Amino acid sequence: MLRIGVFVCHCGTNIAGTVDVKAVAETLGKEPAVVFSTDYPYMCSEAGQNIIKDAIKEYQLEGVVVCSCSPRMHEATFRKAVAAAGLNPYMLEVANIREQCSWIHKDMAEGTAKAIVLGRTAVAKVQLNAPLTAGESPVVKRALVIGGGIAGIQTALDIAEAGYPVDIVEKEPTIGGKMTQIDKTFPTLDCSSCILTPKMVECAQNENITIYSYSEVEAVTGFVGNFSVKIRRKARFVDEDKCTGCGACTEKCPVKNAPDAYNLGLSNRHAAYIPFAQAIPNVAVLDKERCIKLTKGKCGLCSTVCSAGAIDYEQQDSFVEEKYGAIVAATGYNPINIDGYDEFAYSQSKDVVTSLEFERILKADGPTEGHLARLSDGKQPKTIVFVQCVGSRESGSAHGCGKEYCSKICCMYTAKHAMLCREKYPDTDVYVFYIDVRTPGKNYDEFYRRAVEQYGVHYIKGMVGKVAPQADGTLDVQASDLISNEQLHVKADMVVLAAAIEPDKSARPLATMLTASMDTNDFFTEAHAKLRPVESPTAGVFLSGVCQGPKDIPETVAQAGAAASKVIGLLAKDKLSCNPCVAHSNEMKCNGCSSCANVCPYGAITYEDKDFSRRKDGTMMRRVASVNEAVCQGCGACTVACPSGAMDLKGFATSQIMAEVDAICK
Amino acid sequence: MADYKELVLTASGVNPLKCMRCGKCSGTCPSYDAMEYHPHQFVYMVEKGDIEKLMESKSIYTCLSCFACVERCPRDVEPAKLVEAVRLAVIRQQGKNHLKSEQIPDMVDEELPQQAIVSAFRKYSK
Amino acid sequence: MQVNQEFRPKIVAFCCNWCSYAGADLAGTNRSNYPADVKIIRVPCSCRVNPLFILRAFQRGADGVIMCGCHPGDCHYTTGNYYARRRMTMLFSMLDYLGIEKERTRVEWVSAAEGAKFAATMNEFTATIKGLGENKRLEDLRCKTQ
Repeated sequence: MLRIGVFVCHCGTNIAGTVDVKAVAETLGKEPAVVFSTDYPYMCSEAGQNIIKDAIKEYQLEGVVVCSCSPRMHEATFRKAVAAAGLNPYMLEVANIREQCSWIHKDMAEGTAKAIVLGRTAVAKVQLNAPLTAGESPVVKRALVIGGGIAGIQTALDIAEAGYPVDIVEKEPTIGGKMTQIDKTFPTLDCSSCILTPKMVECAQNENITIYSYSEVEAVTGFVGNFSVKIRRKARFVDEDKCTGCGACTEKCPVKNAPDAYNLGLSNRHAAYIPFAQAIPNVAVLDKERCIKLTKGKCGLCSTVCSAGAIDYEQQDSFVEEKYGAIVAATGYNPINIDGYDEFAYSQSKDVVTSLEFERILKADGPTEGHLARLSDGKQPKTIVFVQCVGSRESGSAHGCGKEYCSKICCMYTAKHAMLCREKYPDTDVYVFYIDVRTPGKNYDEFYRRAVEQYGVHYIKGMVGKVAPQADGTLDVQASDLISNEQLHVKADMVVLAAAIEPDKSARPLATMLTASMDTNDFFTEAHAKLRPVESPTAGVFLSGVCQGPKDIPETVAQAGAAASKVIGLLAKDKLSCNPCVAHSNEMKCNGCSSCANVCPYGAITYEDKDFSRRKDGTMMRRVASVNEAVCQGCGACTVACPSGAMDLKGFATSQIMAEVDAICK
Repeated sequence: MADYKELVLTASGVNPLKCMRCGKCSGTCPSYDAMEYHPHQFVYMVEKGDIEKLMESKSIYTCLSCFACVERCPRDVEPAKLVEAVRLAVIRQQGKNHLKSEQIPDMVDEELPQQAIVSAFRKYSK
Repeated sequence: MQVNQEFRPKIVAFCCNWCSYAGADLAGTNRSNYPADVKIIRVPCSCRVNPLFILRAFQRGADGVIMCGCHPGDCHYTTGNYYARRRMTMLFSMLDYLGIEKERTRVEWVSAAEGAKFAATMNEFTATIKGLGENKRLEDLRCKTQ
């Protein structure tokens, strides 16, 4: 039996007012294991703490019970005091006799009796406490950012700025992401490229940043502070170090019919290509599906014209393995596939486009070189209809391709598109069919109102029911106007669909690799919806941008910075001190059934085959669970799931909780 | 009357609360102009319990039962089923569910025969 | 045993550290009264509560056991309270099967902001238990110390 000391706090009159502290100290002093018991007006004060420290030394206390306020208030204080006296800080228990006793009871006798029971319960528990040491794990001072869009770029820049090396893995040949394809940004209407490309250049020039473009994460192992990541560098058939980005190969390449992904397939490019003029890295890529040399073994024209000798037809995928302390997911989004919406005639007419395609049409380096023109005949449209909420806010079974959430950005970009059309081409008639216009955000509603009041965009409450291509090349848009309660027919030259956005397809396999949780829409879940919005529940994994939920650019940048600051906070530590109250498996009892691993929300439990034979012939191999203490957060889900009782939680052991139950019921 | 609402909801299996008032049903309805109450109003009126107004309206017979509104509704509300249920309410009210098929033609507008056929077909083919 | 003494039940409350225990603290800070019969055991998460703890409490003479956790979806450990809810549902059906009044056990979601709810819940639960009277069916007399 441990030698236990009990310290009862008066908390001025907060406790002493309704609890007879002297009686409590006296009664608890008679408990079998208690060798010392006292009371003091303020236990948390310097003098109070000294009483504890002195008693530990004088009475060789092995366990301490402080009857005071909530452990949520001063447990840490008393642990420090106990540790200063040379006792393990986890040999302390706090009996909450203020919030859960003196403050809620008015009767002295009742309060005192309950305080005694609470004190006795703490004594019973501390008897079974074991010294715990917070484990430490080293922190690799390097971060990985997965995704090189504006979210990833901002996060990487902020981390690099703080002095830590950071790697960006981008699956496309260039960083920049969706923002490179966008013409203007709301609510200020400044040019997207003008604000993005300097940041891309900054990434390339920053000594702390390494860009792995045209690369994908292949495997992730390890845990917070110490992840090992395998990165696949896809063969681009061009030596990145030699290529100067002169563009000779792209000009001479005889293949001219490859769909240009940068223009969403609205125009064609060569098989040797640089995605766009400001690409970072400014290095060519050979499209291995289209390149004649790579598919048929003939041609080789690009190699002939390349003065740097950078073309390498033999190049293979290569792998990089690197260690990281923190990982940031910034995988971004894509518009959903809207082929399922027959009513909007998207696949029937070239003049029905998605909003992102419309961005390309508006942008100077797009398929129409920035001229507002129909893709079918190149004529300038006189009437344009915008349809909002295409695929957003749909119940799951409606079309099979819609999303239940609001995509958040469409109201604002549609207002922007409508405004740009009216500004550049004032003779255009612009209609926006909406269900609701949602414009919360600084200067957002003002922006939308400007579209209506200053630019004369016709906003009509009601949804488009049908778009029918006509023989004369126009589109008959049939819609309801719910305010005037009539059905409209608009003869439009162009229809723009605000397609819902969804997380990039690469997010789901990545989440599996990171053991990071996702919601049903494949957005990463945050550790706490309100208070920890940029952290994944998986320690060391952080979230930046739309991969966590629909966001516009300002919000993405804000979140990217927040994620970076969390990463910096982590990397600034040399060692991570782990919560010692973690699960622990008794190997002798474990039967390797995986029940615990199945309920663990953190993936902290792994299995290993261990030899339990006394002799060295290795004949008693058993599969047993082992808990990674750096990853375990100590929730205890596994302890209850374990059928053989092998799993237990340090600090909240089954025996301890049972002892508490017994003490209360005595 | 609440009884009618109950009948319409049970007979149709539709939950009008799922409606987010986008009006796509009315935007897509081919017989919109022939209707006094349009599909989106239908859903809203059922939600409010204004069934009698609907029962008295010709709109329930001008619905073509083409199910375009059901097909296009982003929230799976299925307005056409409500229309059908209101027709059913009318029929039950008149003949205590024992309407003879030959009575139907007299009850509907001469110029719009097919709705009655559709209704009768639905009713008597079950 | 005294005949006229008012029945004071023994009630054990398991509270998760992040929501319900903090809610109980808030009830204290707000001076919201609830009976002294309720004694709280702090656990990291409601999923740490093994249904066996509840049976143990009954065996040792508790008259009621209540478990409080974060509201579904708010769990500090993401999914812990879902496990807890499932386990408790299992326990309830088992108690039903055994013929024990399942009103003696209860699960309640109390957030850190719901001090008033915590107190109200405890008042209500204590009243229920008082109505049910002493737990005689599950108490193991061999465990009685006095």
